[in-house]
Amino acid sequence: MSDAEAKSLPLDAWHRARGARMVPFAGYAMPIQYEGIIAEHKWTRESAGLFDVSHMGQLIVAGADAEKGLESLLPADLGILKDGRLRYSLLLAEDGGIVDDLMATRRGDHFYVVVNGATKEGDIAYMRDKLPRGVVLDHMKEQALLALQGPKAVEALSRLVPGVEALGFMTGGAFQIGGTAAWISRSGYTGEDGFEISVPASNVAEVADLLASQPEVKPIGLGARDSLRLEAGLPLYGHDLDTETTPVEADLTFAISKRRRGEGGFAGWERIARELETGPIRRRVGLAVEGRQPVREGAMVVDAEGNEVGKVTSGGFSPILEAPIAMAYVPAGSAEPGNAVTLAQRGKLFQAKVVAMPFVPHRYHRKGAA
Amino acid sequence: MTVYYTKEHEWIRVDGDQATVGITDFAQGQLGDVVFVELPDAGRQVTRGGEAAVVESVKAASDVYAPVSGEVVEPNQALADDPALANSDPEGEGWFFKLRLSDTSELDGLMDDAAYKSFCDSQ
Repeated sequence: MSDAEAKSLPLDAWHRARGARMVPFAGYAMPIQYEGIIAEHKWTRESAGLFDVSHMGQLIVAGADAEKGLESLLPADLGILKDGRLRYSLLLAEDGGIVDDLMATRRGDHFYVVVNGATKEGDIAYMRDKLPRGVVLDHMKEQALLALQGPKAVEALSRLVPGVEALGFMTGGAFQIGGTAAWISRSGYTGEDGFEISVPASNVAEVADLLASQPEVKPIGLGARDSLRLEAGLPLYGHDLDTETTPVEADLTFAISKRRRGEGGFAGWERIARELETGPIRRRVGLAVEGRQPVREGAMVVDAEGNEVGKVTSGGFSPILEAPIAMAYVPAGSAEPGNAVTLAQRGKLFQAKVVAMPFVPHRYHRKGAA
Repeated sequence: MTVYYTKEHEWIRVDGDQATVGITDFAQGQLGDVVFVELPDAGRQVTRGGEAAVVESVKAASDVYAPVSGEVVEPNQALADDPALANSDPEGEGWFFKLRLSDTSELDGLMDDAAYKSFCDSQ
């Protein structure tokens, strides 16, 4: 898709004015980088990065049966989810494949659900089809979404939004930022402490200006967003997850709540329960690749005879480790950390080792932790 | 000494039948942070327009093509050790390889400085 065909996001002019290079992504023109991916990546790990993620789908699921309806499609225990708390979950197909990954927040009498930009239209159609009558799904197209991520995010944001520092990881609340109503949660996609900030699109430029004017904050593009999430071991839908992948294969069993494992009652449970019991045939793992050359999405995992036994689904160069890292699906028998794996890319073989993820430790702000 | 440019954004600095090849400042700007280069060994024959080296940025891998045919005389070991030279000094210390030209008439098909500048402006 060319730049001209891509739709514009509310901050399009804001990004261009700051020297962003715009590329088509998820149907939108989006900033891939400003000053450079490595500089932006390191700035986020050391200070605070501002990301425009307004391409993502922000949904409201409401109605008396909203909880029950969502639980028929997600493996999360929403019954124990307290008001203002959010949970990472998976939108599942009947065969256990992953339709999307998402964040679901209980917000008063409804759920606030954030889904991926590239998949939102399909998600909405799927959910509207599957949710019981009486459950209303509203796509909040008038909302923009920003993320402020990094160890100094709390310092910068609490200056503008007093009280926001009291939020613990995976909790959210209603605030005002510069006179604009905002829903702010302590969450993100970088492995760092940080916040996601939902504001009306009509005011997002003012809010972005306010945030970017804080000395700790620089705008960060999609390029660094990808390298940050890879270091954090977080899967990217459409690459590391898809409808051919189950939550057990994807090593996301933490997202299948205890009560739901026993009770089932969600799409794909039969297959997922079987895989939980006997183990999947393949599993998503992290790989540390020898040498300096990145091994990227699409590279093959090969056995000693050169047969393809798996696939690299994300790969790149870690700016923090200064080494190539990757995520791949490998046979379950090879998925233990320390296992040696051979990769093939453009006719060249690479040696790699299975390593535990995250590659770079998470630094979330968990309540009760120091 | 004359410098020529290709549409694939390589430069070639020619002195008699000896030449130095690299990627242009425009190319490094498009690629972003270079994290790895794969250079041809000395003695390898390269042909005009053929793959001669690989340059990998954080985002993607790209081929570097030989602007003209010849024999690789020397790869830039300093660039292999510090790939960021391709960003910081692409048309100087960040050269890729030295070449002995097999046919200097192939240079006629390349752009000079002014032609390359207007080519980049049209990109």
